[in-house]
Amino acid sequence: MYSFDIQRPTSLADAVAALATDEALPLGGGQTLIPTLKQRLSAPSVLVSLSGIAEMKGVCTNDDGALCIGGGTTHATVAREATSYPGLAALAAKIGDPAVRNRGTIGGSLANNDPSACYPAAALGSGATIITNTRSIAADDYFQGMFATALDEGEIVTEVRFPVPEKSCYMKFEQPASRFALVGVFVAKYADGVRVAVTGASEEGVFRWTEAEEALSSNFAPEAVEGLSVSGDGMISDLHGSGTYRAHLVGVMTKRAVAAAI
Amino acid sequence: MTKVTMTVNGKSVSGDVKGNTLLTEFLRDDLRLTGTHVGCDTSQCGACVVHVNGEAVKSCTMFAAEADGAEIKTIEGMANADGSLNVIQQAFQDYHGLQCGFCTPGMVMSAAALLKDNPKPSEAEVRDYLEGNICRCTGYHNIVRAIMAASGQDVPAVAAE
Repeated sequence: MYSFDIQRPTSLADAVAALATDEALPLGGGQTLIPTLKQRLSAPSVLVSLSGIAEMKGVCTNDDGALCIGGGTTHATVAREATSYPGLAALAAKIGDPAVRNRGTIGGSLANNDPSACYPAAALGSGATIITNTRSIAADDYFQGMFATALDEGEIVTEVRFPVPEKSCYMKFEQPASRFALVGVFVAKYADGVRVAVTGASEEGVFRWTEAEEALSSNFAPEAVEGLSVSGDGMISDLHGSGTYRAHLVGVMTKRAVAAAI
Repeated sequence: MTKVTMTVNGKSVSGDVKGNTLLTEFLRDDLRLTGTHVGCDTSQCGACVVHVNGEAVKSCTMFAAEADGAEIKTIEGMANADGSLNVIQQAFQDYHGLQCGFCTPGMVMSAAALLKDNPKPSEAEVRDYLEGNICRCTGYHNIVRAIMAASGQDVPAVAAE
């Protein structure tokens, strides 16, 4: 690693102030950023660790019935405490491995927006709201391509608000070595319609499969997406699977998610 | 340099660390607790697992400065008070849960974290929990058998073939 200073603020206000420095980077759980630093792919002068900020941790339900998760909440805590949203708790329980889940955070995952990460599918598939230190961003506006988000420099994800669906399920086809999603599909059925979000597949990162959403909104059954397909164009193609294969998996995993959610 | 103070295996320790000093480097190089191993240094193998405030964490993927004020437990803190092997360590010996032994500290620390939350895990739960711990010798079967034994369960019933 290149050398850098590390700061460990205990309040959000102090973290925001520390991040105003040139070339300062926020550090969530570090489960992606630390390996990135080791590879010298990032060279911050200051790393601002968010792990000591108590006000950014925890799971609760607000007056609108939405599940609110602090940006610094670990995957393990979400898996344990997001009991009102079982589809989300189950997703968190399958990210990485137990030691990674004890450090990695929802805010860090969403800020990184890895094209194969699980949480972006849940946030987009739930129509969640991403709360930062300066504003609220709808998930539909937040994800802007591979590793790209609406966040500005130094902006911190402080909370994520999930409307709780009637039914939901995340189905991940795991790349067996890394357990990242080769393709992952999050399906959520709300009173006003169904949302389907796909991770791991597209070169543009997480996306909504609107054709399937329409079909499932009128008939929430695996058969509803029979015959629908997504194009392999623009899909990630690597040694683990071609774009066409990933496109095929989108349909398969959507059907499995719906079957499991029913 | 940042001054850090933490409790390691019940003893308060402090030291000066650089921003990029990993917890595993602080434990091994500064405290000379070399039982915590560095296998891959890329967060994948789990040989460096320690407990931070009771939770299993890969110490190669956490900075020492982040452990300021924390309660750390390493493999050196696992033996019984009289120095004898604890129940998990003894089970690893009894069931040949190690060959070269390089992954063993991480395996024992992960096993201890699992059994704390889930005292009677199924074989599938043990295997699932060990996802982040890689062993290149045993093929995992004897490790799983050892953990089942340590949890007081019937080992021959495990389909470790």
